[in-house]
Amino acid sequence: MSKQDFLRRMPEAASAFSRRARLAERLHIDFFLLLLLMLLTVIGLTVLYSASGHHLPSVEKQAGFFMVAYITMFIVAQIPVEFMRRMAPFAYTGGVLLLVAVTVFGEISMGAQRWLQIGSFRFQPSEVMKLAMPITIAAYLSRGFMPPRFMQVMVVLGLIGLPTALIIEQPDLGTSILVATSGLMVLFFSGLLWRYIMVAVVLFSASLWPIWHFMLHDYQRQRVLTMLDPTQDPLGTGWNIIQSKTAIGSGGLSGKGWMEGTQSRLDFLPEGHTDFIIAVMSEEFGLLGVILLLTIYTMVIVRGLMIAVNSQNSFGRLLAAAVSSTFFVYVFVNMGMVSGMLPVVGVPLPLISQGGTAIVALFAGFGLLMAISTEKKRVMTPQA
Amino acid sequence: MQDSHQFKDHQREAKIFRSRILVMAGFMLLLASTLLYRYYDLQIVNYEEYATQSDRNRVHVQPVPPTRGLIFDRNGELLADNKASFTLSVVSADTTELNNTIELLKTLIEISPSDLGKFYKAQKQRRHKLDPVPLRYRLTEDEIAKLAVNQHLLEGVEVNAELVRNYPYADMFAHVIGYTGRISERDVNAFTAEQIQRYAGTHAIGKSGIEASYEDVLLGEVGSQNVETNARGRVMRILDRIDSRQGSDLRLHLDSRLQETAVAAMRGRRGAVVAIDVKTGGVLAAVSYPGFDPNLFVTGISYRDYKNLNEDIDTPLFNRFLQAQYPPGSTVKPALGMAGLDSGFTDVHRAISDRGVFTLPGSSRLWRDWSLAKTGGGHGRVDLKVAISQSCDTYFWDLGNRMGIDKISEYGHYFGMGILTGIDIPHERKGIWPSREWKRAARREAWYPGDTVNISIGQGNMLATPMQLAVMTSTIANRGTRFRPQFIQRIGDKVQEPIIEEVFDTKPEYWDAVIGGMEEVMHGARGTARKASDRAEYRMAGKSGTAQVVAIAQNAKYNSAMLKERHRDHALFVAFAPVEAPQIAVAVMLENAEGGSSQAAPVARAMMDAHILGYYLAADEFVPPVGFHHAAIIKRANNYIAERKAVRLAKEAGDAAKAAASSSAAATTGSGAGNE
Repeated sequence: MSKQDFLRRMPEAASAFSRRARLAERLHIDFFLLLLLMLLTVIGLTVLYSASGHHLPSVEKQAGFFMVAYITMFIVAQIPVEFMRRMAPFAYTGGVLLLVAVTVFGEISMGAQRWLQIGSFRFQPSEVMKLAMPITIAAYLSRGFMPPRFMQVMVVLGLIGLPTALIIEQPDLGTSILVATSGLMVLFFSGLLWRYIMVAVVLFSASLWPIWHFMLHDYQRQRVLTMLDPTQDPLGTGWNIIQSKTAIGSGGLSGKGWMEGTQSRLDFLPEGHTDFIIAVMSEEFGLLGVILLLTIYTMVIVRGLMIAVNSQNSFGRLLAAAVSSTFFVYVFVNMGMVSGMLPVVGVPLPLISQGGTAIVALFAGFGLLMAISTEKKRVMTPQA
Repeated sequence: MQDSHQFKDHQREAKIFRSRILVMAGFMLLLASTLLYRYYDLQIVNYEEYATQSDRNRVHVQPVPPTRGLIFDRNGELLADNKASFTLSVVSADTTELNNTIELLKTLIEISPSDLGKFYKAQKQRRHKLDPVPLRYRLTEDEIAKLAVNQHLLEGVEVNAELVRNYPYADMFAHVIGYTGRISERDVNAFTAEQIQRYAGTHAIGKSGIEASYEDVLLGEVGSQNVETNARGRVMRILDRIDSRQGSDLRLHLDSRLQETAVAAMRGRRGAVVAIDVKTGGVLAAVSYPGFDPNLFVTGISYRDYKNLNEDIDTPLFNRFLQAQYPPGSTVKPALGMAGLDSGFTDVHRAISDRGVFTLPGSSRLWRDWSLAKTGGGHGRVDLKVAISQSCDTYFWDLGNRMGIDKISEYGHYFGMGILTGIDIPHERKGIWPSREWKRAARREAWYPGDTVNISIGQGNMLATPMQLAVMTSTIANRGTRFRPQFIQRIGDKVQEPIIEEVFDTKPEYWDAVIGGMEEVMHGARGTARKASDRAEYRMAGKSGTAQVVAIAQNAKYNSAMLKERHRDHALFVAFAPVEAPQIAVAVMLENAEGGSSQAAPVARAMMDAHILGYYLAADEFVPPVGFHHAAIIKRANNYIAERKAVRLAKEAGDAAKAAASSSAAATTGSGAGNE
């Protein structure tokens, strides 16, 4: 009988095994993850300086967001995992209410109603949902048996569907995909039966036609068509893709050098400082820069998955795995769409693209990971 | 029991979870590899293609327009130069954005509907989506300042300094220098491929006059530069550059002071004056009055301005010295006399007895000499010299009738009549030196003997431009050598040689007789223009003429008094001087001024005085009576003072000599006395 098994059976004996908690555990900081995040922060600000056209104020503003984000991460990391689990229903309800509020009171910017203004503070409630969603699903599934039964799966799908629909209505396809994915990830990690997955894949494939014709907006359809053949409309919707591919391709192996990217410097590349920032980076730092960035991202994801595997309760496991793999989805969708592999949906490149709420939300996610990773290794009280 | 169940479940859950993590990790690895391959494909495999595309995006070849060559007169006076003009251009690919920009611009500076009309037309014709299209020319400093202050609001708005043509003398040389204008759609359509390249970046092209005929040398050579532009077409920096070559400067034979003298001497009367340098054929002055301001045309004339010019009853746009064809009247008598001498129908001494009328044999029609109305009789005994000096019509009617039309028509070209003179500005007209063939072709009528009589004194079907009259006169002055009249003296550093078109080879005594006759016109006791030679400081030769006016079409716009004035005859005068070694030949035409000798001859005299003696007149100066130019008066006064001084000095010298003689005599005696 191992020490852990023993402790599960005799929680009262925990004190007997108590040791001096490590510094990381006391501060609730995963130093390795923190190091990776700081690396990404530095890369992000460096690229942003060039992408924003050597505009220092926007870099400073972004640095400010990073400060807020780090603080948020540290705060979130202090929250006991168990407490998060308990709070899940409230987080979910709050998130949905905010989404409803945004459809009623929200500010319209660039053709979409995404922003909510509270005092001088402006944020996107859909970002809140990115975290509330996996927490809720993980909390719900971790209560029951795994793999989940059919009824549970249905409930989960309902829980995912409501906020996703609200976000699609804004309309914000990119965020809705991410929110739905984060929930579905939990479902997958909870051991959803493969036959359900197969059925879902078949159903999804069959529904593509009606989705295409009835659910997508014209501009979304146009994006897909543009991805398939950007030269069809080289000055209109195809412009972004042609220019971003040109930017990436002209970077070559080692790039044109920092602040030497002509595509971005001369404004050929639209949205170079936000969603398309990877194009700027590819142009200026080449394939080597892309590989470096991908490596760091991979390490972040691997670290997240390790935290998940090492977590001792199913809630922590599911949440950590979902957060890490959603992070991957971010990276994949963004880098895919900028390079013309995927249709353009508004997904920023995590930690590199300019943006306030998105970064704070991401760091809050890392805060969750850290909370899970530094959780006191103690005996689970079964179904507490 | 329950605990153990839970415990087992937990193990299984962890196992399932780990397997799911592995599945997901594998899946993510697959996707990440796809991503990596995609970037590898773009950045390594297709690198060349995208690198080229990126350069094509940013690097554009821009033409560097050359600076147009300058035009000087013979003394180095600038007649046409280039002046910086500030032009507002708009670059816009997006229509709504463009309309907003224009609305904003309207609040800042004045933009007329015609500016906008031209702008939209030019916008349709631009070669590239991001080409700047000019909206307003000639911005004032005030407007530039306003635009600069609001620059941040005006996306795609550029203010460019551009060199545009400037004519400092305004209307004085309008018909000679001509003007440049914007290259029109029609110009572009007529361009060859090579021309399209040469005019890349150039907005102006010579439309008339010297500007048009020397367009090729004035233009210069276009250069090019590679520029880096941003996505909106704004030039960010110049990468490399091949400089353009400035067009050649032109130096003309024109003398701006003489031109000014002509304008002054015309005293605001409509007409034309041409002065030619006899020894080279160079045109010293060419005036068509009234003129117009060519500066109006440079950046596009407004509709209203053009309408005003075009509908002006004085037709300022009409080039009178080159395109107005008048019956040359008596001014052709010397040339006809020459033809008679050369063809043997008359000789230097042959004389007729003139009673003031002429009839054709077998015809009752009477031709009356002008003297009949004045003196009631003819000129009496008339030889060629007298016929020229007194402008005897009868002598030439008789001569012409005996020569016949076929003989007469053979001689026109020797004097540049009825043919193009070859002047180096476009749209010259060649007048008419009639012949049987001409009449048959033009009028579909046979030639009648009466026609010959009419043209023998330069009336009837005969027509000539003032330029042709000047060429004729200078040919006579040159004793048969006809130069091509030319404005150009030097292109760049290359001197343009005079061109001899034709030489009329005949006996010197014939020239003596004809020139002698013309000299008598000016200096003879009964010369028709003797008053114009008053106080002459050199000998001159001339001939007056009257061009009958063809009836003007009735038009309600002209009142009858004006119509009456416009039906008066045109006054003509041709002259050259000095007789012994001719320098300048002049042709003067004053519309509706009637007297050739009384009205036109003083103008010719002023021109010759100016050129030979330097008695120039300023354009708005009071025109003194013939021989009383202020410089001439001062000269005469100085001569008088010098004369008197010389007399006084001579007298004083004489007195002094006398006194010296007497005093020395006295001194001699004195000293002699002292010695004693």
